[in-house]
Amino acid sequence: MQGTIKEKAGMLFVSLMCAIMLSPAWALASEAVDMAQIPAAGDPGWWKWPVILLFVTFVMGIIAVLGGVGGGVLFVPIIGGFFPFHLDFVRGAGLLVALCGALAAGPGLLKANLASLRLAMPVALIASTMAIVGAMVGLALPTHIVQLSLGGTILGIVAIMLTAKKSTVPDVPHADALSSALRITGVFYEPTTKEEINWKIHRTIPGLLTFIIIGFMAGMFGLGAGWANVPVLNLMMGAPLKISVATSKFLLSITDTSAAWIYLNKGCLIPMIVVPSLIGIMLGSFVGVRLLKVAKPTFIRWMVIVILLFAGLKAVQKGLSTMGYNLF
Amino acid sequence: MSNKNTQATEEQLQYAAILEKGMYAGLALMVITFALYVLRVLPPIVPRSEISTYWSMPVHDYLVAINTNFLHWETLPTGWSWMKLLGYGDFLNFLPVAILAGVTILCYMVITPGLFARGDKAMAFMAIAEAVILTLAASGLLSVGH
Repeated sequence: MQGTIKEKAGMLFVSLMCAIMLSPAWALASEAVDMAQIPAAGDPGWWKWPVILLFVTFVMGIIAVLGGVGGGVLFVPIIGGFFPFHLDFVRGAGLLVALCGALAAGPGLLKANLASLRLAMPVALIASTMAIVGAMVGLALPTHIVQLSLGGTILGIVAIMLTAKKSTVPDVPHADALSSALRITGVFYEPTTKEEINWKIHRTIPGLLTFIIIGFMAGMFGLGAGWANVPVLNLMMGAPLKISVATSKFLLSITDTSAAWIYLNKGCLIPMIVVPSLIGIMLGSFVGVRLLKVAKPTFIRWMVIVILLFAGLKAVQKGLSTMGYNLF
Repeated sequence: MSNKNTQATEEQLQYAAILEKGMYAGLALMVITFALYVLRVLPPIVPRSEISTYWSMPVHDYLVAINTNFLHWETLPTGWSWMKLLGYGDFLNFLPVAILAGVTILCYMVITPGLFARGDKAMAFMAIAEAVILTLAASGLLSVGH
């Protein structure tokens, strides 16, 4: 009985938060700020946005954990779509949100031998190089083009989330020549089956080439790229799901580092945006981990998909409206 | 479970240990520097009540605006020029971000000698290449703009 009440309360809270974020009134409020005149002098209400940001990123942190996605992928489209901050600063903050999440999780995953340094190193070399290129291109392109591309990417992520399958331990008959030469292999203990699972990978070259695109998009849009890393590591290269998820999380600490430097050097860092976001996401993640026990993962996953769909459409709409096309 | 096969490699543990220290140092410093900023212990370059004037601008326009209104430098405050402004609350917050973004370079540099010593040359060269790429990104030499 107590569990049922807790479950209902948890779901009610998450649904309420989600409803607030999805509310058209919220969207209209942000539009109003977009269109408002920039105050010539000091704005006594300046503190409201960091406070709202803290609250929204707190909710985002909960949803990210429950929905099994990184904070960065929710952060950029939602904050970029509904807050008055320019997309340059949102992407910089988004990278730092993803980077801090990866840095916080990375040491534990490496020590537990769930994240594989040997698997991550060649992947990271390609992804981080391309993240630099992506960040440079993203900062050089006009904002509406980046906004439009971001919207398209988010809608693509929704499609991946709807269609991508997972394989707990993919069948890899033979390791390919490159992964054998680099000794990308390992053993991990699976407590549910009480087995030691030997893993190896194949299709290393096509997998590495895919990270050219993933790294580029991570840098260009300031997104964490877990949504793309995991399917490639798991389904294409054949790493077990646990190893793929953990290595992907650790990988973000390297990929996002390279792009974060480009944004930092370019001056895309406003502490009043970055720090409340980081605190909000981290506190939300702590609460999210506790709510995991009572929340229904399928419902949350669908909620994340709907939020991303809405945020993706909003990004497309913002990009098109800058070009003079008003769709909605 | 205690089987040696399931344990992380030496370089992986070394990497994890440095990453962990850097992460804790960066996050702790971020809380401290932000507190110094919002509690007005250190004055900011951009007054907090005016920050909303600037955060909706593209980054180039923002840099031009704060340079014109506050800094009056000959060049825009990009790259590592924030180091000159560490006495100000807002720019002091760049320091923990730089630590968080820099710890991975240190991790790679530390594991490289061990990789060479164990004859793991391919991974050692990859570690060097990654450290070089990240250092290049950090250097500020790769500059772009709208």
